[in-house]
Amino acid sequence: MTLKEIKKILKAEVIIGEDYLSMEVKMGCASDLMSDVLAYAKPDALLLTGLTNSQVIRTAEIVDIRAVCFIRGKKPDERTIKLAIEKNIVLLTTQMPMFESCGRLYKNGLASRLVKHK
Amino acid sequence: MKKTVKLDKDTKYTKIQELTYELKVSNVMTNKVVTVTPGKTIYELRELFRTNRISGTPVVDKGKLIGIISIEDFIKCLAQGEMHTLISEKMTKRVKTLYADEPIIHAVRKFDQYGIGRFPVIEREGGKLVGIITKGDIIKGLLKKLEIEYHQEEIHRYRASHIFEDIIADSTSLILKYNIVGKDFNKAGECASGLKKTFYRLGIQPDIVRRAAIATYEAEMNIVVFTEGGRLTVSVEPQQIKIEADDSGPGIPDIKQAMQPGFSTASEWVRELGFGAGMGLPNIKNCTDKINIESKVGKGTHLETIIYLNNNA
Repeated sequence: MTLKEIKKILKAEVIIGEDYLSMEVKMGCASDLMSDVLAYAKPDALLLTGLTNSQVIRTAEIVDIRAVCFIRGKKPDERTIKLAIEKNIVLLTTQMPMFESCGRLYKNGLASRLVKHK
Repeated sequence: MKKTVKLDKDTKYTKIQELTYELKVSNVMTNKVVTVTPGKTIYELRELFRTNRISGTPVVDKGKLIGIISIEDFIKCLAQGEMHTLISEKMTKRVKTLYADEPIIHAVRKFDQYGIGRFPVIEREGGKLVGIITKGDIIKGLLKKLEIEYHQEEIHRYRASHIFEDIIADSTSLILKYNIVGKDFNKAGECASGLKKTFYRLGIQPDIVRRAAIATYEAEMNIVVFTEGGRLTVSVEPQQIKIEADDSGPGIPDIKQAMQPGFSTASEWVRELGFGAGMGLPNIKNCTDKINIESKVGKGTHLETIIYLNNNA
């Protein structure tokens, strides 16, 4: 699913990365716990989270997540945005809550898969 | 995302954006400017344009830029039978210019804004005409710069990934050391990020880089959260990667308990940052082939993990 479709489904706003909306994400991953993201996320996933600090970007970078969508209209601070620009990570924000965001994406065919690293 | 620094479609785009700020007009402009004097006729332009393969030129009088004349002006004169009028009468007098020291993003914007084909380039001090710039110059300049950087990166990567073949010794080990600042959440993760980049350059397999990066990140997080700081020592050998994290923090009273998924002693502020759910050490264990922790309460902790590079081993 492309980020453009995701943007439409979630009625999301692009914080940074307008030029990357043709990018394809392979699965969705929703968590406020970065340790779980580190443990289970696959590369090229979309991360849905309510956390907005810079560790979200660091985590995304480490596991090769290229797009993050903040839920319930949350927006990260300047520092987090700057780090995301530096690490080439697309940031979106949607007014929808986590449950609805996941539900809509899943219904529209975005995959979910648990993968362990070893 | 910039994992390999390979110029895939996405990376190239932002790289170009970056370069448009980095490169100056003077880096990409044509230095040798063909100029005309205002006293010549439009007819004389024909030869000038043809021999120099250009479509416009600045008009200079006694070293001073006073106008610009293009092939469009020429065609208009041709249509109206005014081939023998003077250039000074037909030229555009209010010339839009660029300064030599401006970043080329300014040039890009001006091309968009005015829709004209070329800008004379002048020195900020004194206004001396030093060059001319077209969209073609910008594209050529960007491509050249990209090519140079791409080449350099390839050379770096080649050298780095062959380091073990080039070294003659009974055993080789590349030691990378990182200092971790305690309680500094904004810097937390920088070691893991740097390590990841380095591993890619060393030509290590992507899934191993990922595992090492996750283990390092969690180890780094632990040091940032619980201690005043520590050290990360990574030894890369042909068969394995050893990651050691040392700190002089509070120590772990019960290591077995700490290894249980979900067991945590982290405070609320750590949880708010998305960590501290007792998954750190279990995550490290899952990502590595061997893990050993030694800890003394009040003295510090030594974490040692190994990832084998040869998966068949």
